[in-house]
Order: sequence, then C-alpha cells, then structure tokens
Amino acid sequence: MGCITPLGHTVAEMWGNVLRGASGASATELFDARTFPSTFSSQVKRFKLTDHVADHGVHRHAGRNTQFALAAAEQAWRQSGLDKHAPDPRRVGVYLGSGEGSLDFANFVSVMVESWSTTEDKLDTVRWAELAFERMDAMREMEQEPNMPASHVALRYNARGPNFNCLTACAASTQANGEAASAIRRGDVDLMISGGCHSMIHPFGVTGFNRLTALSQRNDSPATASRPFDQTRDGFVLGEGSSILILEEYEHARARGASMFAEIIGYGSSADAYRITDIHPEGRGGAAAMQYAIDDAGIAKADVDYICAHGTSTKENDRTETQAVKTVFGELAAKIPVSSPKSMLGHLIAAAGTTELICCVMAIRDGILPPTLNLNTPDPECDLDYVPNKPRKANVRTCMNNSFGFGGQNDCVIVRKMG
Amino acid sequence: MDSRRVVITGLGAVSSIGIGAPAFFDALAAGTVGIRRIQAFDPSGFPCQIAGEVLNFATRDYVPKSYRKQTKVMSRDIELAIGAADTAIRDSGLVTKGVDETKETADSTRFAVHIGAGLICADLTELGQAVQHAVEDGKFSLARWGREGMNYLTPLWLLKYLPNMLSAHVTIIHDTQGPSNTITCADASSHLSIGESLRIIQRGAADIGLAGGAESKLNPMGLLRQCMLKRMTFSHNDDPASAVRPFDRARDGTAIGEGGGLVVLEELGHATKRNAKIYAEAAGFGASFSVSNLTDPEPDGRALAESISAALADAKMTADEIDLVVPHGTGIASHDLAEARGLHAALGRRAGEVPVWPILAQVGNTGAGSGGLAVVAAATAMSRGVVPAAVNCPKPDPACGLSIVTAPRTGNFRAALMTSYALGGQNAAVVIKKMV
Repeated sequence: MGCITPLGHTVAEMWGNVLRGASGASATELFDARTFPSTFSSQVKRFKLTDHVADHGVHRHAGRNTQFALAAAEQAWRQSGLDKHAPDPRRVGVYLGSGEGSLDFANFVSVMVESWSTTEDKLDTVRWAELAFERMDAMREMEQEPNMPASHVALRYNARGPNFNCLTACAASTQANGEAASAIRRGDVDLMISGGCHSMIHPFGVTGFNRLTALSQRNDSPATASRPFDQTRDGFVLGEGSSILILEEYEHARARGASMFAEIIGYGSSADAYRITDIHPEGRGGAAAMQYAIDDAGIAKADVDYICAHGTSTKENDRTETQAVKTVFGELAAKIPVSSPKSMLGHLIAAAGTTELICCVMAIRDGILPPTLNLNTPDPECDLDYVPNKPRKANVRTCMNNSFGFGGQNDCVIVRKMG
Repeated sequence: MDSRRVVITGLGAVSSIGIGAPAFFDALAAGTVGIRRIQAFDPSGFPCQIAGEVLNFATRDYVPKSYRKQTKVMSRDIELAIGAADTAIRDSGLVTKGVDETKETADSTRFAVHIGAGLICADLTELGQAVQHAVEDGKFSLARWGREGMNYLTPLWLLKYLPNMLSAHVTIIHDTQGPSNTITCADASSHLSIGESLRIIQRGAADIGLAGGAESKLNPMGLLRQCMLKRMTFSHNDDPASAVRPFDRARDGTAIGEGGGLVVLEELGHATKRNAKIYAEAAGFGASFSVSNLTDPEPDGRALAESISAALADAKMTADEIDLVVPHGTGIASHDLAEARGLHAALGRRAGEVPVWPILAQVGNTGAGSGGLAVVAAATAMSRGVVPAAVNCPKPDPACGLSIVTAPRTGNFRAALMTSYALGGQNAAVVIKKMV
C-alpha cells in the first residue's frame, strides 16, 4: 500500500494523523481562492516527486495527479517486495480510477480573454488557435488525459498486462479495486496495481463544485468544516492525493513469501438510475452495491465489523447513505460502527475510495477504528454509530468500504483479515 | 471456471455518415465519407480543418419526452452516447423505460452500462462568456472570477463535463441499475468497456450489458491537442474525402470524428428465452499495455499482438478461424505500420490473407467511440454476409503486408477480430463469432 494524502506522504504517517484526529483542511494555497465561495481545501503539501522517484526522466511532464500516483505506487511496489522479485510483465496489470489532469490554467484563460471578440460577443476561433498554438504545450495537454496516471505507472513497473482507467467520479478508485480483484480471481493476471489519484484543487474544479453548492463554505474554520453525519454539515471539503494497492493472487503471493495485509472478499457495483443531480432518496443504488458485495463475499451481514462510509459531509449523501445501511443491515445497522475518514482527509474524489480502503486495512491490522471528526450535533436522520471524534479499539476482521459517485454509480468492496 | 456465454443482440451507432447501425453500415457500404470541412466553428486557424462531424442530430429525438429538459445541460459527448444507446436498445427489442415508460419489461437490476469516454472539453463559447465577467484591464482576474465570473455558469456546469455522465444519463433514461462503469483510455475505451461488460455478464453480476463508447473532440481544444501531437493530416484541407488513408502508401495522419458505437451484450439463455435476434457471440477479449513511450505504440506492435493472442485464447479459437479484421487503422503512418506488425505477430500466415477492413477513412477517429463503431460494423457485415470495400486505400502499403478489402466481398464470415490502441499505451482486442 502507498499513499500521498493531505495527512501524510506514507501510509504510516497518514494513519497516525487519522488516529490523532488531525484535519488536512486549510486555506487554499494552490491558487488564490480568497474570493471564491469556498476559500479552503485539503491539500497535499511539501510534495516533490523526486523525493519518491529518483529516475523520473520519462515522467518529467507528468501532471500533479500522475505525480501523486507515481509516488504512491513506488511505496506500494517496494512494500510488496516486487522490486526484488520481478514478476512476469504480462501477468501484471494496472487498474486505476484516476481523475483528469489539471488544466494549463494561466495560458488557457489568457488565450480565452485575448481571442474573445467583444464586438460579436463570441470566441474568435482563428485568433484562439493562433494564440493557443503559441502558448500551450503538447505534452502538458496530453498529460491531462485521464489514462495517463495508469500509463505512467505501467511504464515504470513494466506492467504489460491489461491496463484500465475508470472515471466514475467519487466512486472511481473503489470500482478500480473491485474490477482489479475480479481480473485476478478470473485468472487473467497474477498482480494488479490498483487505486487512484486526483487533484481538482484548481480554479475551474472549485468553480464546478461551488456552482453545484457541494462544497462546505465554512471558511472561518476549515478544520471543522468536514463534519459527516453532523446536523450542521454544509458540504464536503475538496481534497487531493493518491492511494495505490498491490493486489496479488493468494498462491502467487504465498509462493514468494510476500506479506499479506488483507483479503478482498467481495465487490458490488450498481447504478442509481435516478437523477443526475440527486441521490435516490432511499439510497437505492448504494444499498444495492452493499448487498451485491455481501453476496459476492458469501458472508453473513453480522460478519461485517466496520463500515467505512462514503460520508462526504453533504446533507444528501450522509442522510441517504445512512438510510441505505439500514435497508441492507436492518436491525444490525445500529450495532455496526460506521465512520468517515473524509472528516479528516477531505474528499479525495477519484482517490477517496482507495485511501479509505487503506484505512480499513489499517483498522484490521491495529484493531482500532478511525473516528468521524467534528461530529458534535447529532442529526436525527443520521442515527447510526459513527465513532464520533475519537478512534475506538475494536476487534475488526471484516470491513466494508463504500464509494458513491456523482451521477449515481455506486461501488462497495469488502476486505477481511488474513487467515 | 465455467463461464456463461454472451451474445450481441443489439447494435447502435451515431456517426458522421449515419445514425443507427443499418444507416451507418449502408453508408460504409456506399463508400460515403463523412469527413468534411468543420462547420461547428471556424477552423481556419488550425493546420487541420476537416473532421467527421455529426450533422442533423437532435438529442431530443432519442430521449423520452419527460427527459427533454435535461438535454439542455449536456456536452456533445453525452448527446452522442444517448443516441447510440437509444438506437442499440431499440435494435435489441428490449423494452426499457427509455423505449416505453409504460411497458418496461427489461429487468433493471440485471442491466449493466459501460460507456467509454474521453477527456471532455468545455464549451468555449459558454465558458468564454463567463470569463468576460472576470476581465480587468484586458486581463483575466482570478479574484473577479471567484466573486463574479463563475456565477455566469449554469449551476450544473461541472456535470456536463464529467466523463461518467455519458453512462449516468443513459442509466437514468433507460432505468438500468446494474453495474455501470466509465472507462477512459482514449481510443481503447470502447473495447475495454465491452471486455469489462462481457466479464461482468460471464461472472453473473448482470444478464445484459450496454457497452462501447462515445466521444467528440470536435471543438477547438480537442482539435488543438490532436494537432499539437501531429496526429492529424495537414495536407487534405481541400480534399477531405481522401484525407484519411489507413494502410495506404500515401497516408499521412488522421482526422477527428464524432461518434458513438454501443452494443447490447446479453447472456445466451436470456437472449434465446426472449427470442432475440443474435448477431454474434462475444467470444473473446484481451488487453495489454505497450511499454514504449506515451505517444506511440511499440514499433513492432508487440503489445497489440499480446492483446490479440489473449482474445483468441479467451475465445478458444485459432487465427485460421478469423475471417475479418476491423483494425483501428487511424491513417497515422507509423501507427498503422505498428498495428500491421502486431497483426502479423499474432496471426502469423493468416495476417496476410484475412480480409482487413479499416473504416476510419469514412468516419474519422472517433476516439473512445471508435472501437464500438468497429464492432457494430463487423457484426453487421457478418450478419449480412458482405464486407464493403475500404475507402482511400488504392495502394496498400507493402510494408504493412495486409490484405485490405479493396472491393466488396461476400461470403460466410465466421468470426471477426477488432483491435485498438490508445495514446498512452493501452491496447485491446475483441473477437466475435457467428452462432452455430
């Protein structure tokens, strides 16, 4: 496992900060957001690709999202011991749920402004082309393609097997983990590098979410802004980063004496098919994804020890997710701890699901549940055990990891302790 | 592992030469070329000024009345996907909510949607108008944008440009609640989506899958990116009909196309139970990665060969059983050569004799939609027993050594192979075969 997050550039550092109840949110420094409705975000700070990847020649044009992925993948690859045990390249695949790269903003807007015909109130595309060819860079543009992180990672580890990137908004990297595990189960590959990366902390990214009124506007208190399941929640806190896993077929891992952190035992995927702008009021799609994952795992509902919620801190998500958990678990729902690491990390969008899956794996390893920070005013519509504010010791064997995307694509992965 | 068999029961297409699979195929057979001078905007400032533009297409014709309002907040890519989905589902005979709200019979929860998508470009006119409200002293002011400019964008602005909105709209229109994914691997997206949908039906997580892709790079940003990477032909602005020349000696680049191609995949028992028309069996899928550089395939086509071999093994077939190849065939000189070498490496002697039918000369490179259109073309050709002549390949490049279909061929085409590769290095291959 490897990660680059607002709360740390390694899994150990991130997990330590999560258990301390730290917040990654602060005033946005990546651009001057002081006049935006939301002036803060959960940023990756002090990051340099060369601290993680020395020979970065082929990666020199890589975008911020790809750089995060390369650094996280390097940690995961080394931890897995594959750097000393080169596998058959054709049996190694990549499945990422990565977001698009960031726009070359300064050049883009300067071209837009200077090629606008004010007399006709429309774009002069001839002038636009002339300026764009002058100012914009072919590689910088290409690196925004959403498949680029998966391409860079495969290049670096000589992974010649199936290579996918999916971009189902906030569900992307959970979907990637689920499909990657399915490819291994089917026998297509022995190893998959899976996970995701994303950074939308740029002017148009924040614009898009602000226009949707999806972001918290608690500008005077960034650290307490992400408050999933709290009655006073007012939106999510935009984060960025990457988390990468090495998934390996059990016998293959055993044969080379690899250390194993957890087993992926179930995966479910569904579509809300309700509305572009709203989640189904009863969380129909989320409930279906959880149910499919339980069925796939072949476990009893009572076996689930912990649910790592999507828990974004938006009014709608937290209410409908709570409803969906109740639909699936019935009377058991009240007894299963549910928490949201987004209360600390912010929302890493495409990368969120895998970062949260790492939290599940660490919870299993350490026997301790990550808390939901900033949960002080209970919401009558959110009445589950959310592990408020303080981590909790627990015997954790089986964890469920939920991720639900804008537009209604829902995914759920279940992991279990080895043995 | 025992695997459920999956067949193709519906074909859908939106392209510059026809909407709906029959019209698309008829135009291919007639030699129609949809590549013309760009009309969507004045392209005079670009070295490539031609593209396969979809004209006379109104999204509202492909959604139920109750959904017409939603069509106002869609990017072009979403529109194309909706058209391809509607034509594919209607062709399959399945009655979804989108076909008839009162007579929906398809089981929603067992219906998957996998629509590959590209990097969607913002509508520059819409964005430009908002940007005008953030100008100070002739320059863009971020402070003013945050305070004022952004408010001129529709609240749903972002939702036009998330790539998963192609699938999201289609799942809502047709009420499909099974697994849904959005694969974004450029020109390989369609085949990877078809492969994933196939696997999901095989493993029992769905009975039906709508799979393929759609994309439009036909906007200044998309054209800029493709021109800067020198993938386009710059020499045919006055003669667009002969611009894209896959595997021809005189090929010198590709052109953008707009389009979407989707197929309905269905578990065999499910299809036979409802007496569905079966075009072919989705028999094999393979994928691989080309470890060379990010912009070009390996010159020896090795990764593509690995995808093809994996797809053939998956289908439990040999090269000799393949009677038709619809390649990616972009018309980019070195890429066509690499693709041909990949075919030779995987198919051996068969590569030189099997009919190869490239179609991008007629529709342009539709990116994430290209692989879907290729499967639609091949499945139609197999079911009609005729492969039309390839356009713009009067002198097949001997270095490629392929048997390009230069005159229409009729006969029994038992199985077809489709190949694709992406900027970035993703490769995929799909094999379909006739039901016997």
